Amino acid sequence: MSSATFLGMPPFPEAARTAVQDSRLRHNLRRATHTIRDKRGLVVGELGDDWARLRAEGSEIKTHTLRHLDHYLEQLEESVTRAGGHVHWASDAAEANRIVTGLVQATGETDVVKVKSMATQEIELNNALEAAGITAYETDLAELIVQLGEDLPSHILVPAIHLGRSQIREIFLDRMAEWGTPAPPGLTDDPRALAEAARAHLRERFLRTRTAISGANFAVADSGTLVVLESEGNGRMCLTLPQTLISVVGIEKIVPTWSDLEVFMQLLPRSSTGERMNPYTSTWTGVTPGDGPQEFHLVLLDNGRTDVLADTVGRQALRCIRCSACLNTCPVYERTGGHSYGSVYPGPIGAILTPQLRGMGSEVDEALPYASSLCGACYEVCPVAIDIPEVLVHLREEVTGRGGHAGEKALMAGAEAVFSSPGALGAVQRAAGAARSLVPRHLPGTAGAWTDTRDVPDVPAESFRRWWKGRDDEREDGR
Amino acid sequence: MSSREAILARVRAALSDVPADEPARRERERTHLDSHAAGPTLDVLENRLVDYRALVHRVTADRVGAEAAAALARRGARRVVVPPGLPAEWAEPAGAELLADSRRAPLSVRDLDAADGVLTACAVAVAETGTIILDGGPGQGRRALSLVPDYHLCVVRADQVVDGVPQAVRLLDPARPLTWISGPSATSDIELNRVEGVHGPRTLEVLLVEPAP
Repeated sequence: MSSATFLGMPPFPEAARTAVQDSRLRHNLRRATHTIRDKRGLVVGELGDDWARLRAEGSEIKTHTLRHLDHYLEQLEESVTRAGGHVHWASDAAEANRIVTGLVQATGETDVVKVKSMATQEIELNNALEAAGITAYETDLAELIVQLGEDLPSHILVPAIHLGRSQIREIFLDRMAEWGTPAPPGLTDDPRALAEAARAHLRERFLRTRTAISGANFAVADSGTLVVLESEGNGRMCLTLPQTLISVVGIEKIVPTWSDLEVFMQLLPRSSTGERMNPYTSTWTGVTPGDGPQEFHLVLLDNGRTDVLADTVGRQALRCIRCSACLNTCPVYERTGGHSYGSVYPGPIGAILTPQLRGMGSEVDEALPYASSLCGACYEVCPVAIDIPEVLVHLREEVTGRGGHAGEKALMAGAEAVFSSPGALGAVQRAAGAARSLVPRHLPGTAGAWTDTRDVPDVPAESFRRWWKGRDDEREDGR
Repeated sequence: MSSREAILARVRAALSDVPADEPARRERERTHLDSHAAGPTLDVLENRLVDYRALVHRVTADRVGAEAAAALARRGARRVVVPPGLPAEWAEPAGAELLADSRRAPLSVRDLDAADGVLTACAVAVAETGTIILDGGPGQGRRALSLVPDYHLCVVRADQVVDGVPQAVRLLDPARPLTWISGPSATSDIELNRVEGVHGPRTLEVLLVEPAP
């Protein structure tokens, strides 16, 4: 029951070359990213001009907070402590894992339930707990799928986006019994049946587990409030029923005041799941006697964030609210999937965040700033206006400044892997003005070769010629 | 040096470009709208709730008890959890067994799991996003009450409904544990299609109480 790790993954160009050969992956990703893109477009459009104002305010609030992060960290610590919580500080992943492991051991429990959290994935907390004899049960449906399948997350919001319903059914049938309540024998691949199986599998676990671990979407400095947005109710189960709650939160998750949530509670749901509001949001401030966990620990995590903060151009990556709109809109992500990025943070935001957090010390991290066509779609959809292309170019300068031609080679190899087809060329030309010089001049000539890495386009209901002919007929009828 | 001191020192070193006289506290300039009106408030709330597959009934204040009883009967709910401070006239006509909960005398998680449903009030509702917010105040109770039972019947008074999110945030007290509920529990984790009904209540039914004509 070991957890998978990104350690030892090949650099992006190599991983991408393999990924684009996988037609099932391509199909799953295309369907999912287009579904969510359309939904986002509708609910963002509903707000008209106000979206741009909210986006500018969201960006400004985050920028201001980062520029005074020391002040807000101290304020948050004071507010949480005043409300009955305990605050811990972790410089790196190892220290955070040590703190959390110690806190769980102090409860005497060997099982913990977890709410989906990017920070705990980043520090690979589950592996650390396992080494200490503690089993962490993921409760978000997609995280559960990834955990049962001993797979890796491939998306910030929907870690199992790379899997289709039939693959999920197989994983449930094969693996649920090993972790607890087995899947019903007649399980179909109907999403309703799969959700029902997850409910039955986790129900007993929620009702009896006494310790939970979460992250947070926001931590409010003035009130000491933590905020978790979710859909399924697994978050509420973890945040409400256990006796002890441990929240691991990156130091960049702070917003200064409670009223700032009026901006982010509009930006985040519409950008992430493409809903006017996510089904459930929980907010809590320290401990409430007689309601919810009576012991609350907040672990503030640095793990490279202060290095990102020190870079005046790259710093804006810390504004990220983890909505994943940039993944869903990215032509490169849509074709390569999340695993190719070799990090828990995939897609455009991952391409700028991961190398900065980890310090560009490896081939994987040096290649990431090149995992983009610089088309700018990510910047357009970012709800806090992170200029991802600007940071990508800035990081490329840093890679080449180190005298590493590895980056340049990675660039060309990456371009070849993603764009080595006439089909890709058309799509990318529309999207990727700035990337034109990267597209190889010589393309493979046979249709067989390009369908290896491309999906055949949808056949329209009516051909152009038919449509044109019908148009003439209408005119002759005098309509 | 403790990790706390080390992190704060690294933050300060990283921000050497920020002018020392730039204030950390400031009045934020608000440019966005309070709401994005799309019609009469209660109509918008009803439409958005229905959009999330919640069941919605418009009722007058004198009919809440009768309509709640009818909803519970349709559901076949015989054992219903009631929080402290819930108006007696809402729950009593139901004829169901009422399981009283309070912070001092809480029902166990098993009791909640065995109940057929819960009847609560709310603190605030947001029309534009179809969101009902509970803050643990009168008629709402502990957070577990609206979570563990599979059926949640919620009474929303017209005077509790605001148009937009900013108006709701101003009315809420962050010191209270808040639960924002927008439809029944759901997931989009399978191929990004929304499916209602996972761990939280799989059915949300709302009685929207209009002022007497």
